[in-house]
Amino acid sequence: MSSEAPIQRRPRKTFDWSTAFIAVVVVVAAVIVYRRDGEARFLEILVSDFHLFVDILPKVLAACLIAAFVAVLMPREVVLRWVGAESGFLGIVVATVAGAICPGGPITIFPVAAAFVAIGADIGAAIAFITSWTLLGYARALVWEWPFFGAEFVTWRIIISIPLPIVAGVLARFIAGLAARKGDGE
Amino acid sequence: MIYFVDGLLWGIALVLGLVAASRSRHLLRDSVREGVIDCMRLLPRIMLGVVGAGYIAALLPQEVVGRWLGADSGITGLCIAVIGGAFTPGGPVIGFSIGAAALKGGAGTPQVIAYTVAWALFAVQRLTLWEIPVMPQRLVWLRVLGSLPLPFLAAAGAMLLGRP
Repeated sequence: MSSEAPIQRRPRKTFDWSTAFIAVVVVVAAVIVYRRDGEARFLEILVSDFHLFVDILPKVLAACLIAAFVAVLMPREVVLRWVGAESGFLGIVVATVAGAICPGGPITIFPVAAAFVAIGADIGAAIAFITSWTLLGYARALVWEWPFFGAEFVTWRIIISIPLPIVAGVLARFIAGLAARKGDGE
Repeated sequence: MIYFVDGLLWGIALVLGLVAASRSRHLLRDSVREGVIDCMRLLPRIMLGVVGAGYIAALLPQEVVGRWLGADSGITGLCIAVIGGAFTPGGPVIGFSIGAAALKGGAGTPQVIAYTVAWALFAVQRLTLWEIPVMPQRLVWLRVLGSLPLPFLAAAGAMLLGRP
């Protein structure tokens, strides 16, 4: 079956300039906190954030496995039919719904979205998928947003956000179209 | 709730793993190896992102944020909210906690919605640390460009509805 053909995925380096830049910012911030607020506060932040890190780890591992499986298992014809280049507006709507019901914690969506693009999903649909997961995802809203803002704020924030992934997908597709036309030298 | 998400993710991974195994052992082994290697490569970034975000957040003056985003700050307040959201570190709770603090400190609801939406979409730290290494560059930049109007649309929606 063609869906098992090898897929070209972007090779990932373990370390790169963007990571190095953030590392410098983090070290500087940590040193300032240590000198300004003392050792106790420094350790308090370290311990609480380390708990968060341990909490996120299994989610990230699961997401990377899902992405790897999706890349080899998802029949390309299905992806192309629902969210491929020819999928039009409906593809963006399908991707928005998929993003809203997709579970996941921080960052888990990015490898999955990249896997979908690698097997032929339209770029506008992929962007609607990511945006929808970011703004409409119930998991994120319930676990992280609700405790801070309460039910009313979160509910209305989500209602207001419902059309936004579609806007982002359509706009991204439009920009991609403009860029492609320019690239053709027209 | 947190375990529910973990369970759902692992449930999906398990089902996909079984499907892969039913095709061939080889396919399962290769996919698992690739997934685990991807995860290992992301580890230093996640470590930096989660642990580092706490230190950056500790340096952010929360009261000042509240004053800048006041209910009568208008379009200027919205623009500050969007830029502020983009430069708030991208850990899972920081943007929400600052937004909630700003709301308590007298910030306008549309401004806070614009702030949290901008933070969710553009947090520069999350962009450089996680998105750029994991996804094709073209996808990242098109996503950012296509999402630029969204915080403003969300704020406009909040104003039109008069909610929350």
